[in-house]
Amino acid sequence: MLIRRKSFLALGALGATSAMLSACGGGTSEDPAAGGSSDAGGASDAGGAEGAPQRADAQLVIWADEKKAESLQAPAAAWGEAQGITVAVQSVANDLQTNFVTANQAGNGPDVLVGAHDWIGNLVQNASITPVQLPADAADKIAPIGLSAVQLDGQTYGVPYAVETLVLFANNALTDAPSPASIEELVSAGQAGGAENVLSLPVGEEGDAYHMEPLYTSGGGYLFGTDAEGGLDPSDLGVGKEGSIAAGGKIGELGAQGVLKTSITGDNAISLFTDGKAAYLVSGPWALADIKAAGIDFTMSAVPGFEGMQPAKPFAGVNAFYVAAAAKNPAYAQQFLSDVASAPDVAREMFAVNELPPVSLELQTELAAGSPELIQIAELAEGADPMPSIPEMAAIWKPLGQAQANIVGGADPAEVMTSAGEQIAGEIGA
Amino acid sequence: MTSTTAPAQRARRTSATTLIARALFLGAVLAVTIWIAPVLVGLQSWLWLAVVLAAAAAIFVLYSTRRFIPGKYIFPGTFFLVVFLIAPIILTVGYSFTNFGDGSRGTKEQAIAAITGNSVQQTPDSPRYNLTITTEGTAEEGPYVFYLVDPASGEIRRGGPELPLEQVPASDVTVRDGFVTAADDSAILTPDEINTNYAALQEVAVEVDETTAIRLLGIDQAFEGTKVLQYDEAADAITNTQTGAVYTPQKIGDTEYFVSEDGERMPQSWLQGVGLSNYERLFTDGKLAGQFADAFVWTLVFAAGSVLLTFLVGFALALVLNDERLRGRRLYRSVLLMPYAVPGFIALLVWSNFYNRDFGLINQTLGLSLNWFGDPTLAKAAVLLTNLWMGFPYMFIVCTGALQSVPKELTEAARIDGASRLQTTSRVIAPLLLVAVSPLLVASFAFNFNNFNAIELLTGGGPFAANEYTRGATDILISMVYRIAFGGSGADFGFASAVSVALFILTGVLAAIQFRFANVLEDVN
Repeated sequence: MLIRRKSFLALGALGATSAMLSACGGGTSEDPAAGGSSDAGGASDAGGAEGAPQRADAQLVIWADEKKAESLQAPAAAWGEAQGITVAVQSVANDLQTNFVTANQAGNGPDVLVGAHDWIGNLVQNASITPVQLPADAADKIAPIGLSAVQLDGQTYGVPYAVETLVLFANNALTDAPSPASIEELVSAGQAGGAENVLSLPVGEEGDAYHMEPLYTSGGGYLFGTDAEGGLDPSDLGVGKEGSIAAGGKIGELGAQGVLKTSITGDNAISLFTDGKAAYLVSGPWALADIKAAGIDFTMSAVPGFEGMQPAKPFAGVNAFYVAAAAKNPAYAQQFLSDVASAPDVAREMFAVNELPPVSLELQTELAAGSPELIQIAELAEGADPMPSIPEMAAIWKPLGQAQANIVGGADPAEVMTSAGEQIAGEIGA
Repeated sequence: MTSTTAPAQRARRTSATTLIARALFLGAVLAVTIWIAPVLVGLQSWLWLAVVLAAAAAIFVLYSTRRFIPGKYIFPGTFFLVVFLIAPIILTVGYSFTNFGDGSRGTKEQAIAAITGNSVQQTPDSPRYNLTITTEGTAEEGPYVFYLVDPASGEIRRGGPELPLEQVPASDVTVRDGFVTAADDSAILTPDEINTNYAALQEVAVEVDETTAIRLLGIDQAFEGTKVLQYDEAADAITNTQTGAVYTPQKIGDTEYFVSEDGERMPQSWLQGVGLSNYERLFTDGKLAGQFADAFVWTLVFAAGSVLLTFLVGFALALVLNDERLRGRRLYRSVLLMPYAVPGFIALLVWSNFYNRDFGLINQTLGLSLNWFGDPTLAKAAVLLTNLWMGFPYMFIVCTGALQSVPKELTEAARIDGASRLQTTSRVIAPLLLVAVSPLLVASFAFNFNNFNAIELLTGGGPFAANEYTRGATDILISMVYRIAFGGSGADFGFASAVSVALFILTGVLAAIQFRFANVLEDVN
C-alpha cells in the first residue's frame, strides 16, 4: 500500500508538471507574433494544422486558404509597397470560414478575407463582414455572374475575382458526340462508344447535390423562389414541389439505366475519366490539370439538359475579397478592395500562380489565347446560377443530396423528394 | 498487505534554499495574478477571473506555511481538473440554455450596428470623389472637413458635419494629381491617421440632400450614398427610410429578431437566453427520441463487438505466436503490428474506398457485387470488420505481453496433471490473462463508444434509408449528435450543448456501470 501511494504521488506530480509545462507553452504562444512587422508580405504564419493563425502584425492582414494565399503574396506585397504600408497574407489551412467568424468575433481576425461567395449569408448574419462600394463602372469591368454573386438583399458585400462552375468533359476517343445537346444524346453516344461508364458524375451513398444541380434544374427542380426584389425567398422552398419530383423521376431513370451510380464518388469521378473508363465527366476547372496530365483528347461544353425540358443550370461559385467587420485597419482594407475592383492587376498576378477562371472582362480577353479552357469555363459560368448565399442554403445540401442518391438507388422520387422538402423546411423553420 | 503505516515523522527544518524557492514561487504566482487579472477584467470574463483569484488565494494559503501537507499534493491536480474539465462542463451547461450559434453570437448592440451599417446604399451612377480630409482640431476628434474633387469634371467641393457642402474656388486650394494637397492652414490627415480613426470618420456624412450624404471610402475616396435603415433607441425599432417599414424585436421560434409588420426578418440576431427550449426540442421530437434509442443500441453493439472481435483475434494470434516452436516469430509479430503503424485517418479513408460496390478492391478481388455501404447490415459488418483490422494489433500487443507474464510452472503443472492444450489455454491461461487485460478491455469499450472517426470517415453514418436524414444505419451516438448539431443549418452551439449535456449524463451512467464492473474484477484479484 505504501508503494502504491508513493507511486500515485509521483504520478500526480508528473501529471501536474507536464500540465503546467503545456499550460506555459500555451501562454507563450499567445504572445503577439514578433518580427513579422517590418517584413512586408512575408509574415505568413501558417499556424497549426488546425485552427486560425495568430493575426500577423501588419497594417493590412489578409486571410485566405493555402492556394489563394500563395498566389496573393506577391501582388499584396506590391500593393502595400505602393501604399507605403506593411501587408501580411496568412494562409488558413482548414475551416477558413469558421475560423474567420470566430476570430473576427474575438477581435483578432484579419482585415480582409478571401473566400467563396456562398459564405456571404452566414458572414452577414454573424455580422462578420461589411459592405463594399464598387466603382460606378464595375459593370463594364466585371462579368455579370461575378457581380450578382456577391450581392445579398440588394447590398454588395465582396469584390469578385474568379469564378468556377461545372462543365461537361467528353473523351473524344470514346464518343462521337463531344458536345451533346441533351442528356439523351449523351447517353446514346456514350453507350455506342463502348466505354465502361457512360457518365462520371459523383453521387456516392450520401449524394452530391452540387454535382447533381444541372440535372435537377433541367428536370424542373429549383431550390428557393425569388421575392419581389429579386432576392432569394427561403419561405418558397422548391425541394418537394412538383418540379423537384419530376427532376427526381428523370434522375431515377438515369439511375435505372446505370448512367448514374452511387458507386461513383467525389474520390473516383475524375480518375475514372482520366483512366479512360468513362466517356463523359461532369466536373469543374479543378479537374483540368489531371485530365491534361493524363493526355486525354477532350472537349468541353456546357452540361446539357434533358430533351424538351428546362436548360441545365449548374451552380457558379465566385471567389471574392471581403472586408472584416472588426478589421483593425478598415481604411486600408477598403482601399485594397477598391483597387482590386477597379483594375485587374492583382487578379492577373494571382492567376499566374493559381489558375482560376477570372471574372475581370479585361483579363478574360487577355488570357483567352493562353488559357482557352479556363476562359471557356468563365464564359460557361455566365449560363450558371450563382450558388445561393443565404444562410438557409446550409440546410439544403444533406437532405437533397441524400434524396437524390436514394433515387439513383431506386427509391420512389415523389416520396423521397417530399420528405427531403419536409426535412429542410423543418431545419430552416420555413 | 498491511496498510496505514504512517511515514516516519522526520524533524523538519526550513532550510534557506527552500525558503528562497518558496518566496520565488509565491512571488511568481503573485506577479502572474497581477498581470492577468486586469486583462481578464478588460475582457469581462468573470468566470476565469474568479478561477484565477481563487487559485492564487489557494496557492498562498497552501504553500506559504508548512501546514496543509495533503492540500499541497491535492491542489495541482484539483486546479487542472477545475480548469480543463469542470469549467468547460459549466460553460457547456450554460450555453445549453442560450441560442448561441450562427446568426446569434454577439450582442444586440452589435447586431443593430451591423444592420444599420450594412444598409448604406451607393447612389446609382453617382461619381466617386477623390478625398482629402483636413481638421483644425485633432485627428482623433475633428472637426473634420472633407475636400472632394470630382475626377471627371475637376470640380472642387468641401463639407463636414457642421459645414454644408459648398464649392471651393480653385485658387483657395492646391490640387495635385486630382487630390487637394493643401487647404488653408488646416492639417491634412495622413493615411495612418485615417486608418486609426476610421470608425469616427465613417460617422461623418456630408449631406448632399435630405436623404443622401457623401461618406468616406478607404483612405482617399468618397462616395455618395444613403443609410436606408435607422435605429430609434427610444422605440427600440429600426425604420427603413425609403419604404417606411418598421422592424421591431419579435420572437421567431425561441430567438428574437428585428421583424417588420409583414413578417420580414433581419438576418442578424444576438445571444439570448432561451431557457429550456433546446432541451424541449431534444426531448419532444418523437422521431429524434426513437433515433436516439436506435443509435444507443447500435453504439453498444459496435463498441462491444469491436472489443470482442479485436480481443479474440488479438488473443488467438498472440497465443499462436507465443509458441516457441514457431520460427520467425519476431518477423510475424512486426508484420502483424503494421495496421497499428498506419495513421488511423488514412487507413479509414483507404478502407472506405475498398468497399466501393463497382470499383472497390474487395468486390473486385473476390468477384462479388455486394453493396457494402448501400445495405444497412453489410455496412455494419464493414464497420466492424474495418475496426477489427484497426484494433487487433493493440490487443495482440497487450495479450503477448500478458502471456509472457504467465508463469511457465503453471502451464507445466497443468500439463502434468493431464490437461490438454485446449484445457490449459481455456482454464489456466485465459483466466490469468483476463485479470491483466480486463481494465484495458473496459477502456477499449469506452474508446469505441465514442469512436467518431471510425464512423465518420468510413461510412459517414450511412447508409441513410429513404426519408431518413438525421441518422444513418451505422451512426453511433456521437456521430449522430454531431450531425444533429452541425449538419443542418450552420452551427447551433446552444442546441449542440444541450445534446452534449444529455450525452454527458448518459455516458456518466454508463461509466458508473463500468466502474462497478471493474470493481467486481478487482475483487476477483
